[in-house]
Amino acid sequence: MDKIIETKNLTKTYLMGDVAVHALRGIDLSVAPGEFLAIMGASGSGKSTLMNLIGCLDQPTSGDYFLDGKNVNVLSKNEYADIRNQKIGFVFQGFNLLSRTSALENVELPLFYDRTRRVENPKQAAIDALERVGLRDRTDHEPSQLSGGQQQRVAIARALVTQPSLILADEPTGNLDTKTSIDIMAVLQDLNAQGITIILVTHENDISQYAKRIVTMRDGLIREDNLVENWRNAKEDLVNFNGVEE
Amino acid sequence: MLQITNLLKAAFKSIQKNKMRSMLTALGIIIGVAAVIVMVAIGKGASARIQAQITSLGTDLLMIRPSFSNRGGVNMGAGSFNRLTFEDVEKIKEQATLVKAISPMVRSGGQVIGGGKNWSTSINGVASEYLYIRSYELQSGEMFTERDERSSKKVAVLGKTVAEELFGDQDPVGEQLRINNTPFTVIGVLKEKGQSGMGGDQDDVILAPAKTVLYRLKGGQYIDMIYVSAISKDQIYAAQQELTTIMRAAHRLQEGEDNDFDIRNQADIIDMASATTKTLTILLGSIAAVSLIVGGIGIMNIMLVSVTERTREIGIRLAVGARSSDILTQFLSESIVLSLVGGIIGTLLAFVVTFVMRKFTSFTPQIYPATVILAFSFSAIVGVFFGFYPARKAAMLNPIEALRYE
Ligand SMILES: Nc1ncnc2c1ncn2[C@@H]1O[C@H](COP(=O)(O)OP(=O)(O)OP(=O)(O)O)[C@@H](O)[C@H]1O
Ligand SMILES: [Mg+2]
Repeated sequence: MDKIIETKNLTKTYLMGDVAVHALRGIDLSVAPGEFLAIMGASGSGKSTLMNLIGCLDQPTSGDYFLDGKNVNVLSKNEYADIRNQKIGFVFQGFNLLSRTSALENVELPLFYDRTRRVENPKQAAIDALERVGLRDRTDHEPSQLSGGQQQRVAIARALVTQPSLILADEPTGNLDTKTSIDIMAVLQDLNAQGITIILVTHENDISQYAKRIVTMRDGLIREDNLVENWRNAKEDLVNFNGVEE
Repeated sequence: MLQITNLLKAAFKSIQKNKMRSMLTALGIIIGVAAVIVMVAIGKGASARIQAQITSLGTDLLMIRPSFSNRGGVNMGAGSFNRLTFEDVEKIKEQATLVKAISPMVRSGGQVIGGGKNWSTSINGVASEYLYIRSYELQSGEMFTERDERSSKKVAVLGKTVAEELFGDQDPVGEQLRINNTPFTVIGVLKEKGQSGMGGDQDDVILAPAKTVLYRLKGGQYIDMIYVSAISKDQIYAAQQELTTIMRAAHRLQEGEDNDFDIRNQADIIDMASATTKTLTILLGSIAAVSLIVGGIGIMNIMLVSVTERTREIGIRLAVGARSSDILTQFLSESIVLSLVGGIIGTLLAFVVTFVMRKFTSFTPQIYPATVILAFSFSAIVGVFFGFYPARKAAMLNPIEALRYE
C-alpha cells in the first residue's frame, strides 16, 4: 500500500542551555492516503513536535521522514516552504488568522506564495474554499467579526485553498465549545470523505472518536496505535445535539 | 519571485493598516527630502543670482590688483605690496593694443557734508572712462574730463543714493560739498544701478578724479586697482596676456620672478563666486541630508517595532508557504514604499516652500530636476538601507517560534 507519510526512528532533541529535552525519542509512523488519524497523549508527550516535523515546519534531529515517498530531510529551506504551500494545510488551536484582514484575503494568502501559479483565479478559489466550509456569506468579515467556530472554518478554508493532500490540525477544537467542536469535526470528516488525509492532535477522547485511527504518545514515543472500528459521524451527532438542545 | 505589483499591493495594504504610524514614519523622510531640495535650491538660486549680476558688470572687464607675493624673495615690509601706480596706467595706455578703456581705482571713504546734511560713503578715485567700463550712466550734469584728472580738480559725481541723502529731490549739480573737510563741486549725478552681486548698494558712492582722491583725500602714492575693458569679449585672454607683459616690463621683473600684480577677468571672478556658493550649497545640502538620514533611522525604528509586533503574522505566512526571501521582500518593499511616498510628498512640499519663499522673502531658490532626482533616489536608498536590517530580522524568524509568539 502507498504511504503518504512514513517516518523512521524520528527523534527531536531540544537543547535548553546544558539540558537536552528529548521531545521525540524514535517515532515510526506510517499513514496511508485517505486516513483520518488522531494523535493523543499527555501534555508534553511530543504531539506538537511531531506535527511540526510532519508539516515541514521543523527538521528532525535524526531519523528519516518520507512524504509521498520522497525523503524530505535532504531538502532546502525553500523546498520546505514550497511543500508547506503545495502539499500541506495547517489548522491551529489559536486559528492564526491575519487580524484586520477579511476572511477572503486570509484564505487567499497561501495562493500569494504559490510559485506554480496553478490557480488561475485566486479570489474565486478562495470563495470556493469558503463555500466548502459553509462561510460563503462571510467573505468580507474580519476575524474580530467572526465567532471562534467561524474563525476556525476560515482557517480550514485557508488550509484547503491550495488543494493539499494532507491537512494537519493541532488541537483545532481546543478553544471551542462542544457543539462548535463537533461542527468543526464534521467539516474535517467531510474533507476526509473527499479523499484528504487528516492528522489531528487532540486531548479530548470525545473528539478522537471522530477519527478512523488513534495513535497515543507518551514521553516522545508512540505507545498505542489502534484503528477505530465504529468511528462516530459528526454530522449525525450534530443533529442529535441540536435535538437535545431544543 | 512574486509579482512586483502583488508585493506593492501588499505593502500598501499593511501601511494602510497603520495609517497614523506610517504617516509619522514618512514624516521624517518628507522633512528630510524637502529640506535637501529647498536647501540646495537656495544655494543654487543664490549662485545663479550672483553669476547674473557679475556678468552684468560687463564680460570684457579685467581687473589688475597688487599681488601679495614677495619680490625676488625679499620681504619689502608692510605695505610694500601695493605696487600699482599712475605710471602703470600710463604705460598700459601707451602700449596696449587690445584695450578699449582703462581707469585707475583709488578707494577711499569718509564723511560728506552737503545740502546741510551729513552722509558717510565711499569715494572712488577713477578716470572718466570708468563710467563706460562699469556701465554707469549720467542722470544729470557731466563726468569730469581728462584735464580735470590731470589737474587734480576737486570735482565730484554723485551716486543716486548719495544725491538723494544729501539733496533730496533737488538737482545737486553746481552745489558745493565737503568731503573730509575738503571742498568739492558737484558736476554730475549717476543713474540708479541697484544692488551689486555681493549685496552692496552701487549707488552709495562718489566718483572723483583718481589723483584728486589719492593726493587730496587719501594720501600715499599707490593706487588700489586698475580697471580695463578689453576690445572684445573674445580678446579677453589675449588682453590679459598683453597686460601681463606690459606690467612685468613696467615693474622691471626679471625672468623667473613672480608677478607682483594679479590680473583677473570676469570668468575668474565668476569661478570664484561660484566656488563659494558651491561650497555653501554643499554645506546646506549636507546638513539637510543629515535630517534625511535621521528620517531613515526613524523608518528602521518603526520597522523593527513592526517586525516584533507582527511576529505571529510572519509565522502564519511562513506556515502557509512563504519563503524567507518572500518575507524579506515584503518588509523591504514596505520600507521602500514608505520612503518613496515620503519622497514624493517631500518633493511637493519643497515646491510649495520654495514658491512661498520666492513670494515673500528675498531668497530666489531654484529647483533643478537633478536635485529632485538626487533627493528622490537618496530617499529610496535610505528606505533600502534602513529597511534591510529589520526585513532580514523578519526573514530569519523560525516559523514555529513565530507562530507561538504572544
Ligand atoms: N522550542 C522548544 N524548546 C525547548 N523545548 C521544547 C520546545 N518545544 C517543545 N519543547 C519540549 O518538548 C516536549 C514536547 O513538547 P510538545 O509541544 O511537542 O508537547 P505536546 O504534546 O504538544 O504538549 P501539549 O499537549 O501541551 O501541547 C516538551 O517537554 C516541551 O517542553
Ligand atoms: Mg501541543
